[in-house]
Amino acid sequence: MAQASMSVSPSSGAPDLRGSVGRRRSEAVIRGIFFIAASVSIVISAAIILSLIFEAATFLRLIDLDQLREIGWFPRRGLFDIGTVLMGSLIVTVIAMVIATPVGLGSAIYLSEYATPRTRRIIKPILEILAGIPSIVLGYFALTVINPRIVTQIFSGADHFNLMAAGLAVGVLIIPLIASVSEDAMRAVPRSLREASYGLGARRITTSVRVVFPAAISGIVAALILGISRAIGETMVVAIAAGGTGGSLFTLDPLGPGQTVTAAMASLATGSDQVRGASAAFPSLFFLGLLLFVITLGLNLVGDVFVRRTRQRY
Amino acid sequence: MMTTATPPSPAAETSPKRHMDIRIETRSRTGDEPATRPAPVIQMEDVSCWYGDFRAIRDISLDIRTNAITALIGPSGCGKSTLLRAINRMNDLVPGARLTGKVLYHGEDLYGPRVDAVEVRRRIGMVFQKPNPFPKSIYDNVAFGPRVNGVRGDMDELVESSLRRAALWDEVKDKLKQSGMALSGGQQQRLCIARAIAVEPDVILMDEPCSALDPRATLQIEELMIELKENYTIIIVTHNMQQAARASEETVFLTMGEERAGFMVEKGPTSEIFTNPKNQLTEDYVSGRFG
Repeated sequence: MAQASMSVSPSSGAPDLRGSVGRRRSEAVIRGIFFIAASVSIVISAAIILSLIFEAATFLRLIDLDQLREIGWFPRRGLFDIGTVLMGSLIVTVIAMVIATPVGLGSAIYLSEYATPRTRRIIKPILEILAGIPSIVLGYFALTVINPRIVTQIFSGADHFNLMAAGLAVGVLIIPLIASVSEDAMRAVPRSLREASYGLGARRITTSVRVVFPAAISGIVAALILGISRAIGETMVVAIAAGGTGGSLFTLDPLGPGQTVTAAMASLATGSDQVRGASAAFPSLFFLGLLLFVITLGLNLVGDVFVRRTRQRY
Repeated sequence: MMTTATPPSPAAETSPKRHMDIRIETRSRTGDEPATRPAPVIQMEDVSCWYGDFRAIRDISLDIRTNAITALIGPSGCGKSTLLRAINRMNDLVPGARLTGKVLYHGEDLYGPRVDAVEVRRRIGMVFQKPNPFPKSIYDNVAFGPRVNGVRGDMDELVESSLRRAALWDEVKDKLKQSGMALSGGQQQRLCIARAIAVEPDVILMDEPCSALDPRATLQIEELMIELKENYTIIIVTHNMQQAARASEETVFLTMGEERAGFMVEKGPTSEIFTNPKNQLTEDYVSGRFG
């Protein structure tokens, strides 16, 4: 039957164009399978967001809104000062970016514009190893090396746990990310632009900074925004090295202990599967989670807008 | 010395007279300044280029006339671009590239130990096969070279005069702040020429500058080249034989040997190369029987 429908006999008039019914059917099934695969992540994301919103709303119903503006973040005592943890995250992120931006972009420029293929073959895997170090290891590294060997050497008044050491470690953590994303962006700049620049008597540094870098700016901005997102979301390093277990007073001092949004969540959840203390302590986790989600989403949207704007200009 | 410019294989019959001529010229210019002709701006002596182990061109010796257009023609892969890029040391940027022999610029060895390739490229400018304006404004494209070379003075005036000399001013004078990428292909290529002119080189190398352009834009570029040769020495690589015949005074024909290294078959006034070539290989190529 199938064979008969494949061949068109000249005498039968209109050609048989029905093709194989079985194949069309299996195509539909395959399409369905891929659609389900694609849907899974959407469904999961929606479920997470919904549970975040639901629990966060519970949290806001359980507390007085005044409790969100207190002297610090002590969830088990009913003090939920959002400013404390936001400021903690901000301090850590700023310190991390101050370290990671120059080192990351510097490595990217070196790898993309200066390194011979051989050097790149050696250095890139090393960078990837750095990216693969578990953040808990870096957390202890911050506590046992970065803080005593660097931070307390430079700033005599630094606490044993402080935001500075945590920020530096987070900076180390995001260097590979910034380096590799911005290196990709710079390597994607056409060779012809570099040749044009060299052909005009520009040196390598001029070509890198004034031709390649601006041409890759959208990718570089994306790299920095990814870095910021990663720094804000980093949990383990700050939970270990920044102190503030259980809570923290509002602080602007990077040399003292403090708490970030993520570390606050981690310290709430450690120790047992039940969060002890005031009844609002557990749902406050979800409130922080929602906050984190909104911040990261906002950053990505801003990044997108920026990337699109620079693309249009060129 | 005689054999250096002589290819090993089919072209072994290359007229020895030709080489004699070149050698005589060589002698006259290395001695006192010749009385009859201006000194050639570029002289190549036994130039070979390698990429790693691969020899791209072998033992090329030739002179480039001042204030004239010299066309480099020959089949694909014969090393025309390599030869051109050897003149402003662009090949230095390719890992593993090296050169033997001498490339003299006003008598100075461009590959000498005290020569800075950056300085060479400032004096010997380049226009590429595909128009490659920077993703910057038209103004900034032209001003880029002078700025990186630390030129002081009236930048507006320099930009205007460069665009005028590249026959682009009237088309862009009202949109200097617009991106150079927004121009048409032919305009982009003239922008690239303006950009090259702005650093005031005395030699301009053009690597198939019209291969990405339509016939009208091609003619515009050719007219521009003929105007520019008053002030510049131009060397152009082209696949387009009509273009070489129309626009150039001198033509160099290269081809490649069995081991794929390009060599020079002959060089002479364009009219001679096209109507009365001395070498059979040249005749086969210009008449379209080969390549």
